[in-house]
Amino acid sequence: MRTAERTVDRSLARDVGAIGLAVFAVGMSFGAIAVAAGLPAWAVIAMSIVVFAGGSQFMAVGLVAAGNPFAAVFAGLLLNARHLPFGLAVADAVGTGWRRRLIGSHILIDESVAFTMAQSDPASRRRAYWLTGATLFVSWNVGGVLGVMLGGAVGDTDALGLDAAFPAGLIALLLPSLRDPETRNVALAGTLVAVVTTPLLPAGLPVLLALSGLLLMRRNGGGL
Amino acid sequence: MLIAVIVALAVGTYAFRLAGVILHDRLELPAPLRRMLPLAAAALLAALAGTAALTDSGAFAGIARPAGVAVGALLAWRKAPFVVVVVSAAATAALLRLAGVP
Repeated sequence: MRTAERTVDRSLARDVGAIGLAVFAVGMSFGAIAVAAGLPAWAVIAMSIVVFAGGSQFMAVGLVAAGNPFAAVFAGLLLNARHLPFGLAVADAVGTGWRRRLIGSHILIDESVAFTMAQSDPASRRRAYWLTGATLFVSWNVGGVLGVMLGGAVGDTDALGLDAAFPAGLIALLLPSLRDPETRNVALAGTLVAVVTTPLLPAGLPVLLALSGLLLMRRNGGGL
Repeated sequence: MLIAVIVALAVGTYAFRLAGVILHDRLELPAPLRRMLPLAAAALLAALAGTAALTDSGAFAGIARPAGVAVGALLAWRKAPFVVVVVSAAATAALLRLAGVP
């Protein structure tokens, strides 16, 4: 039992480490881009620590630089609204007690949810959640500080193909749960809705519309 | 003004995160709704992966990125280790771009 647990921990640490490296590199590019857009170094570093949601940070920097602070907040919050349903789904892994919840909520991100969902038993879910969240919080922020310091010397992460690494990692983590037909139908329908509406709607909204896939739930004793 | 943007974004985002975590216990959700939560998370993550793979700022993402994600997804489906999936996806996209494919 102990040995099995340690093996699981080691493979989890390795997988989280791989995504951690990618997050570190993207964090660096965020720091460099934000400074290049004219934001002061302290603001860039502070934003990475207190917001800790990459997509909304890139968007906010772009909109602030374009002189549109209200849009930066509004669009960023629309993009981050998905964290509420995510919190509902992984609350058990965050744990009980206020200290755990207050700290644990802050490291709720796409990847910590995906790694948690890939685990089945409660103890593994908790370990996966905290290890992923804490590791990525450190790599995102250390990367951000380095990016601020190095500025223009940081290359474009797209050249490294990192933009393809994140969706592929999410798919790999999701695949086991997609073996269940109901989950697969709901997820595929939701994805279709999101992809089709992306060119038409403001960022963040299409992903939320993926929840419409829940209409395909089996209605045994209720459903929607 | 910049401070206000950062604070508003941070407070709002944290509120979304904490609300989900707290509501889970506060709301005595009926069984069908409880069953819905993992499905909802799976739908959101899949949609996130799909839109990130195929689109960039609301337009088609080009060829290199979807091709990289497709290679990663295929390897994941063939039960390749997670690290192999992520590295292959990135390497495929990077090599295609190096070869001049957008």
